[in-house]
Amino acid sequence: MMILFLIVVAAIVAWFISAYNGLVALRNQTWNALKQIDVQLKRRHDLIPNLVQAVQGAMDFEKDTLSAVINARNTAVKAAAGMDPSHVAATAAAEAQLSGALGRLLAVVEAYPDLKATANVGQLQEELTSTENKVGFARQLYNDTATTYNTKQQQFPTNLVTGFAKATPAELWEIEDVAERAVPKVEFRRNA
Amino acid sequence: MNLFEQQASNRRKSRWLLVGFVLFFAWLGFGGDYIAWELTRADTTAAPGTAVATSPSGPAGYRHTLPWFGIMLTLVAVGTVTYIRRTGASKVLWSTGARELDIARTDSERQLVNVVEEMAIAAGVPRPKIYIIDDADPNAFVTGTEPLKSHLAVTTGLIDMLDRDELQGVIGHEMGHVKNLDMQLMTLVAGLAGAIALMADGTGRLLRSGARVGGGRKLGGGSKKGGNPLILVILVVWLLSWLLAPLITRMLSMAISRKREYLADAMGAQFTRNPMSLASALEKIERAGAPTRAIKGGVAHLCIADPLERRVSEREGKLADLFATHPPMALRVSRLKAMAYRTMKAEGNFTPV
Repeated sequence: MMILFLIVVAAIVAWFISAYNGLVALRNQTWNALKQIDVQLKRRHDLIPNLVQAVQGAMDFEKDTLSAVINARNTAVKAAAGMDPSHVAATAAAEAQLSGALGRLLAVVEAYPDLKATANVGQLQEELTSTENKVGFARQLYNDTATTYNTKQQQFPTNLVTGFAKATPAELWEIEDVAERAVPKVEFRRNA
Repeated sequence: MNLFEQQASNRRKSRWLLVGFVLFFAWLGFGGDYIAWELTRADTTAAPGTAVATSPSGPAGYRHTLPWFGIMLTLVAVGTVTYIRRTGASKVLWSTGARELDIARTDSERQLVNVVEEMAIAAGVPRPKIYIIDDADPNAFVTGTEPLKSHLAVTTGLIDMLDRDELQGVIGHEMGHVKNLDMQLMTLVAGLAGAIALMADGTGRLLRSGARVGGGRKLGGGSKKGGNPLILVILVVWLLSWLLAPLITRMLSMAISRKREYLADAMGAQFTRNPMSLASALEKIERAGAPTRAIKGGVAHLCIADPLERRVSEREGKLADLFATHPPMALRVSRLKAMAYRTMKAEGNFTPV
């Protein structure tokens, strides 16, 4: 009888440990995924001044588009500081604004073949396309990981351990801004 | 089968592959020792006077109690396994003449680096090292013996022929192999198959030269006695093991890769969220047709498309399961297209073509 009781206790303790460690691992993965987004955002923020500098001489008549990009970038830089998985909405919104402004600028650049032909602008375009993609893919990874983490927290019986592991729901990185979805699709293709 | 089951199954298979390799060589070695031991005992008991008189070394000198052959072969196998685990990836790359892309110089190289970085992020794996193979036929593979630490090689033909989206699809497929740990198992198989092929060549040469010197006498002694039937059975199985080892490893490397390609296609589509780009990349690769000359048979099962362009790869069935490294391209493309249509339908912008 005593032995049976001990076995049951041991089983419960073993389960508790594995559930706890599982949650901790998922939390670290979520943080790591968010860091990945952060790295790409920084990169994007660093690239934008270069692009602006490269194109502004040739297109002083598109002042509004340019200043929109610069303003959106500065807001986004501020929003990106001190981001954590429970508060991503503000950063996501600022980045969505920036994506929208950047999309419009790139669409305008596309309309100036001379500008596009300068090697520097062409390279910056590829870099920006790639960075946009990286932000997108990092977001995809973050959302997938965060969803797994959140589901684990809510599911029975893991939810009994949630408090002990100090697990809090991670906020998904959503594209709320309708403007970003409506951005004209800019196609960049390498000239074969 | 989900990702974690696939990872666990690949981990298990990699482990058993290495253990099995060592056990197989232990069998070859200790089996040989046992046979030699039994045969020499038959000599000592049945032919006491004559054998000693005719042969200068004599049965007593011939007989060994320490199974040195088994110990030696087992040590060789352990050494081989360690060596392959340490250098397997670089050997595979070396065999294809790949050069590392450390600094991207041209626009297309920069684009390749960017696409690889994007897909590594999407898959959540560390960025692979990138290699380029100078070959006009489009093909690509990943290799590596440690989980997630990968080396990605693409041919120049692939870079020239595909557009950005298609390249993304192909790299996504390769990152799928990395993520579900196919890469590790497939590289180990390539390394072990290569080692066995080398050893088979070597022992073949050794046996031929051995037969000239002293083989005739040994065989004569064995057949004269007849011996006990168990020894004969062991002898036959042992000889067969030696002869069939290269064939078995080749079949292993083929059986291992067919189903994985479908799974990696699906994972590539999941990473890019764009099955059509991979489908059109595969169609272009298929149309290119010419064999990839830089890539030899031993590495074929690592590639995205069969580099040898064998006919058997275009069929389904038992024979193809045994001898083809890749599933038929048409089936892969149609599966990807089905995936694309399902997504389009779900999003509500489905228009039949």
